[in-house]
This record gives sequence, structure tokens and C-alpha cells, in this order.
Amino acid sequence: MTSPSATADVLTAPAESDSDSYLTHDKGILSWLLTLDHKRIGVMYLMCVMGAFLLGGVFALLLRTELLTPGRTIVEHDTYNQLFTLHGAVMVFLVIIPGIPAALGNFVLPLQLGAKDVAFPRLNLASWYLWVIGATFLLVSLVTNAADTGWTFYTPYSTTTTTSVIPALFGAFILGFSSIFTGLNFITTMHKLRPPGMTWFRMPLFLWALYSTAVIQVLATPVLAITLLMLIVERFIGIGIFDPALGGDPVLFQHFFWFYSHPAVYIMIVPAFGVVSEIFPTFSRKRIFGYKFIALSSVAIAILGFLVWGHHMFVSGQSVVAATIFSGITFLIAIPTAIKVFNWITTMYKGRIHLDTPMLYALFFLWVFSIGGLTGIFLGVMSLDVHLHDTYFVVAHFHYVMMGGSITAFLAGTHYWWPKMFGRTYNEKWGRIACGLLFVGLNLTFFPQFILGTRGMPRRYYNYLEEFQGLHQLSTIGAYLMGVAFVITAIYLLGSLRKPMDAPANPWGSNTLEWRTPSPPAYYNFHNPPEVVEGPYEYADWVYDKRTRGYQRKASHDS
Amino acid sequence: MNAMVEQLVVMVAALGQGLIGRAVSLFSVLAAPAPGGMPDPPKVPSSPWFWMPNSASNFASGIDGMFDFLLWVSVVCMIGVAVAIVYFCRRYGATSREANEAAESQADHSNVLEVTWSIIPLFVVIGVFVVGFQQFVSLRTAPRAAYEVHATGQRWKWGFEYPEGLTHPELHVAVGKDVRILIQSVDVLHSLYIPEFRVKMDAVPGRYTELWFNPTQEGTFPIYCAEYCGTSHSDMLSRVVVHSPEGFQAWVAEEIRKIESMPLVELGELTFNQSGCATCHSLDGSAKVGPSFKGLFGRQEKILGQAGITVDENYLRESILEPQKKVVEGFPPSMPTFKGQLSDRRISGLIEYLKTIK
Repeated sequence: MTSPSATADVLTAPAESDSDSYLTHDKGILSWLLTLDHKRIGVMYLMCVMGAFLLGGVFALLLRTELLTPGRTIVEHDTYNQLFTLHGAVMVFLVIIPGIPAALGNFVLPLQLGAKDVAFPRLNLASWYLWVIGATFLLVSLVTNAADTGWTFYTPYSTTTTTSVIPALFGAFILGFSSIFTGLNFITTMHKLRPPGMTWFRMPLFLWALYSTAVIQVLATPVLAITLLMLIVERFIGIGIFDPALGGDPVLFQHFFWFYSHPAVYIMIVPAFGVVSEIFPTFSRKRIFGYKFIALSSVAIAILGFLVWGHHMFVSGQSVVAATIFSGITFLIAIPTAIKVFNWITTMYKGRIHLDTPMLYALFFLWVFSIGGLTGIFLGVMSLDVHLHDTYFVVAHFHYVMMGGSITAFLAGTHYWWPKMFGRTYNEKWGRIACGLLFVGLNLTFFPQFILGTRGMPRRYYNYLEEFQGLHQLSTIGAYLMGVAFVITAIYLLGSLRKPMDAPANPWGSNTLEWRTPSPPAYYNFHNPPEVVEGPYEYADWVYDKRTRGYQRKASHDS
Repeated sequence: MNAMVEQLVVMVAALGQGLIGRAVSLFSVLAAPAPGGMPDPPKVPSSPWFWMPNSASNFASGIDGMFDFLLWVSVVCMIGVAVAIVYFCRRYGATSREANEAAESQADHSNVLEVTWSIIPLFVVIGVFVVGFQQFVSLRTAPRAAYEVHATGQRWKWGFEYPEGLTHPELHVAVGKDVRILIQSVDVLHSLYIPEFRVKMDAVPGRYTELWFNPTQEGTFPIYCAEYCGTSHSDMLSRVVVHSPEGFQAWVAEEIRKIESMPLVELGELTFNQSGCATCHSLDGSAKVGPSFKGLFGRQEKILGQAGITVDENYLRESILEPQKKVVEGFPPSMPTFKGQLSDRRISGLIEYLKTIK
């Protein structure tokens, strides 16, 4: 291969020099709050998402503590109902949806693409402010008289309850716009700002995943916005849309809601596919297996994801014909998902596997996501879903996918890009300990819930029959373990920020463009637009250098 | 293998119960548990299986067979994933970064493999879809001659109305006889769920939904509300009692006789137990969603936004029929009306019964 190292100018930029890094380019709080730099916006998202995760996590621990005993353990039933509503709303709208795309994606996307920024930097900052405003409305609901409808806001309960549903709805409405803006920005950036040589099929798979996600965000989120607006109108003015007492139809709300919220679960999981698709080849020192299949299966999932919303409604009174169509398309989604899992596993075959923390999280992901995906098949079977619908089986399934899939991949990505984002390495030993603890905790929390569900324990229950207590207690112990793991993670990650910058430009030997900038990256990302001459997963030219504790590209590899 | 896993889970669960039990009893001293919702919660009869509850209807064996099939498919897949992860990490593990080992192969695609691992799962899911569809059609197609019971969901109780003119908070049926339940809701969404029968259907205000089953086993099984409906959602429980055919006829006759000839106070107590009053009103003086019935008759009550009253027969009657008219201060106006649901004789009975709660 005669491929001149066209990015030489970038590479020769001294890795140690952080004098003009994006972190030190400007100083002061305003230089952050008014920044148009995608990297700083990404970091601000990351901090906000972590803060929201802490809040949602505390709610989760309170819920699990309450469920130690049937009847009252620490809170009253109304408080419990508010807690699970807030836990769901915060985790979905404030943590998982913006988690990978807005926090990691904002930071990584332009760098990985070889661009100086996203296409619309001001829109990018605006989307962050919308996130903050939306989050504020959710918090207003929290401190006034928190909504108790569940994050699904099903009518007519949500139009008749006395709790402050409207601020929560309005918060979700605004957060939707934040999500739409991010999606628009990403689509435009990938279409318009690819540097010379960056063809679609040379794009890293994380970008393919973000692209598919962005398409869903732009097409599905407006439906949620309109639905929530109709709900607000119904509550305020009393126009009957969903409430049968006013002549509306409550099942219509479920159709509208899931028309968004089912694609939204792919907004939550497809970016996770992207993250692990970067980590498996890098830490196996081997090209990704089935690049095009992984890339296009993300697109397939994004499209099919729009056509399956009715599988949330098999027992809602929906017709058998509709249920059958939704069930059939649901099963089709299993295929592109299975393709991805098989390709990731095969990528490791005959590789050289390095088990650093990001890779441990990726393997963790592979295990829990497989369980989450397989139990999805159980729920897609119409007859079996009649029994399992609205039980703890569903709770366990979507926590395996959302927590085990999305959050685990978010942690994998955070550990993978942390040295790049902040120029510091974290304590690898504690990273592995926390990862192991989280793995045990997650399975201990959610696996017993599958058994609770098949045995008939319905979800959203404050009180429960004594027969279910043992499994509930196991689940609670698991939740506490996860709490400990997250505290450890927060301590060593945030603790690393106090150290001097010590991260090499390319600690893992990755071949995507973000690793060709110093750690942390320069303010303008690249002095000149890089020219891309090969795929993103070519590792032969990267050699580990003991002195810098990072990888260097062979000075010349022309033959 | 299955038995071993089961035993392990039971052991771990027992350990967890022991450890946590102690911690919780400590905890409960600090936060004294309030009396739980249902006065007489249904019991879950022990099941011969690890995963599924007792199978007590015509649908159970088919649906459990589907579950078992998918469970074994999943177990095989997860063993495959686990073996691949462990084996690859040991066999192809890198010694160190310094060693700069290259991967043994850079093979990055194989159409044969991609097609194989697309087609095999496709066949599996098509099979599962077809069987699931057939079972679902059967779940949703009630036989024409089925015995029909109307079920009504209301925050937070179930009511069942039998063709013989009987209303009861429990579902009573005869073994081996097709039963069709027509479900409605008077307020928000509920969902009628009987795990032992593997059936569930939402109760939607403003329309009828339905489910059917044929009970195959005599016994008593719990009924749950599976669609979130507010404060006491988790106490919206009931039970289904499966009688022998003769036992069922006897039960219906006995219930009808009881109501016709009962003294007022007893009818009142029955009505109290059947109408879900206890979900919100205690008999022991503790406040729940509504005021306690202990010593209620003759009590002075402050009324929200109105002059205080003394609780007498007329106030009780009004509160049962038009509960929002005079709401006792400090309680939410969440009581549903019982207008059209309780006969005058039952209301009189309730009032007489309340007089006896001192």
C-alpha cells in the first residue's frame, strides 16, 4: 500500500503542548457559557447528564429501599408514585437520550469526522440551553407537587391527577426541541463537513450510529412535542382529545406517545451500538468485522423502529390485525440486532485483545445487551406478551437494554474518550473494580425482576404480596452495589481532573481522527483539514511508545 | 442443570432474606410501617415451576411452552456469548501494550457468515411469530356460548356482575366452563390480570374490552390491576375462585339468598367489604386516603370551605352518592360516587354498619 501519511502536519503537532487546548484557550465561566466550541458544549452536556444521573439514581435507590418490604418501608404510596415517575422521566429525557449523542457525540463527532466544528455551532449551544430550561421545568414539577403519572403520562390519569403534570410535560416538550436541534446539526455536519477522502464508508461506525439516531430524533420527536402540547391543551382548556369524559380517546394517546417513544428507545440504544463498534476493533487490534453490515443495520433499525410502536399495546384493546402487523415487524428488528452482536464477537476472533476498562465495559455491554435483546423476543410474541405485559419482566427487560445497554456503553465511551476530553488518565485499577462491581450489581438487581415478572408481579406497585419479598430484596441489594460502583467511578474520574495533564495523544492505538489531535484537542481541532486515505480501523501502522505511554504512527510507511 | 440453577437461586434468595430481613427489622423500628392496603390479601398458590405461576387455564400450557422454547434458545445463545468472550479473551489476550503484538488475522468480512447468522435467527423468529399469532387469536376469540361476567374497574377496586343479578368483588367461576369477561372502567385505565390464567386486558373508560378463559383447576388465585391508576394501584387486588360446577351453582344461590334475607347491619358490613371502602377508609382510626370510619357516626367534622357538620344518616347518604359535595378538611376529593351502584337497602345497611364502628 502506498498511502502517504497525509495527516502528518497534525501528527507532528507536539502532543504535550496544551497551551492552546480547548480547555485553556479561554478562561472564565462566561467563556464556557457562551462558547460555540462543540468540545466545550459536549463537556457541559457531560457534566449536566452526570448531575441528572445522580438525581435519577438517588430516586432509584429510594424506590428500591421502599420495596424492601411490602407496605410502607420509608415513604407513602403517593411519594412512591412520584418517585418512579421522576426516576423514569429524569433517566429517559435528561440522561439516556442526551447521554451518548449530546455529550459524547458533540465532543467526538466533528473530531472523528475531521471537521473544525458542527455545522451550526450557535444551534448547538441553543440546544444545550434548551436542555437546561427543560430540566428546570422538570425540577419545578419535582419541588412543587411532583407528577405521579409514570413517565408515560397515560391519559386519562394524566389529565385528571391533581399533581403538577404541566411543568413536567412542558419540560419534556422543551427537551424534545433540544434533541431535534442536536439531530439537525449532526445530519448537516455529516453531509456537509466531511474532509477530502472521508467517504461515507470510511466514516467510523460511531458516526453511522449517530447519523441513524439523528434521523430518528428529527422525525419522531416532533410527534412527541405535538402530543404533549395536545395534553397540555386538554388539561388547560378542557378540549376533549384523549379524555373520554370530554369525548376523547385514551388509546389514541398511547398511539401518539409510542409513535415517538418506541423510536426513542432506538435514540437511546443505537448510539450505544456506535460506541462499542469503536471499542471492539481498537482493543482487539483488528479491523471491525462486517463494517457495512453494522453500519447499514443501524439504518435498518432506525427505519423499522418507526413501524413497531403498537407492540406496547397488545392488551390495550387494539385490534388483532394491528397487533399482528406490529408483532411481525418487531421480529424483523431482531435480525439487524443479531447481526451486530455476531459481528462484534467475530471482531475479537484472532485479534489481540487488551482488557482495559473501556473494553471491559464493552464486554459487559455484550452480555447484558444480549440478555436485554433476547428477552425482547419474549415480549414481541403476542400471546406471551399478554402474560408478561406490565409486569416486572418488562421492567427487567428495558433496564437490561437501557441501563445495561445504553448506560454501560455510555460508561465505555466515557472511559474511552476521557483521556482525550480532559488530557488525563484515570486510575485503571479502580476503573476495573467499579466495572466488576457494576456488573454484579446490575445482574443482581434486574435478573430477579425477570422471575418476579413471569410469576405475575405487576410493575409500578408500592405494595406487594409477601410471596415476592425475597426476590425484591435481592434486587435492592443489587441496586446498592450499583450505587457503590457509581460513587467509586465518580471519585476516580473527577479525581483525575486534579492531576496534571498526562494523557498521550493516542493511548489505545485507535485509528480514528480524534486520536490524531493532542489530548486534550487543540481549540480548532485540526490546523488543516485532514485528508483521509483509509478506513477507520487500520491498526498496522500504530506502534506503542513506552516513553509517552501512547501510540505513535510509524514515521513513514510508504513502501 | 435447570434444577441446579434453581437451587442456587433459592439459596441466594434465602441468604438475602436472612441478611436483609435483619437489616429491615432494624429499619422498620425507625420507620414504623403503616398498615398495608388490602385487609385480606389474596394468596399465591405455590407453583410446580420455577418461572411461571400455577397453570390454571386452557391457555397456560401453550404459552408456557412458548416461554420454555424461548428460554432455551436464550440459554443457548447466552452460553455461546459467554464461551466466546471467555475463550477469545484467553486465547487471543494480548500480553502487554509494549509487546506490540499484531492480530493474527485482519479478516473483516464474510458474506457467508453474515447470511448464515441472518437467516437462522430469521427462521426462529418467523416460527415464533406464527405460533404466537395463533395463540393470540385464540386468546382474543371467545366461544359464543361462554358464561358472561361484566367486570368494572374503579379506583381502586374490581367489581364483577353475574348474569344471575349478583354483584361481587371477587370473580367466581366453574372449572371447565368457558368464561367471557366484558371489562369496563368508570374512571382511568386499569388492567385485569390473572397470572395463573395467563390472561390480561386493559379496562378502558368509554368502551368495552374483553378476555376469556376456561379454568382447568379448582382453587383461588390472585387478580391484579396491571395498569397504573394512582395512589392505591398496588392494592387494587381481588381473587378468582374456581369452583366445581355444582359448587359454583351453590355459591351463586347462597350469595343471592344472603343478600335478600340479611339484617341491615350485616348487609352493611358485606357492602363495606365488597365495595372497596377499606382501600381508603380504615376501621382502626388511622388515616388513609379518606377519614377513618372509627367513631365516625356522630363525630363533628370540619368541611372544606363550608360550615362544620355532625355526621348523621343524611350526611353519610349524601357522601356515598355525591362525595364531592362536603369533603372533610385535610383529605383529597378523590372518592368516586356510588350512585346507581348501591341499592337503597344497601346504603341503609352501610349507615347502620358504620354506627357500630366505635
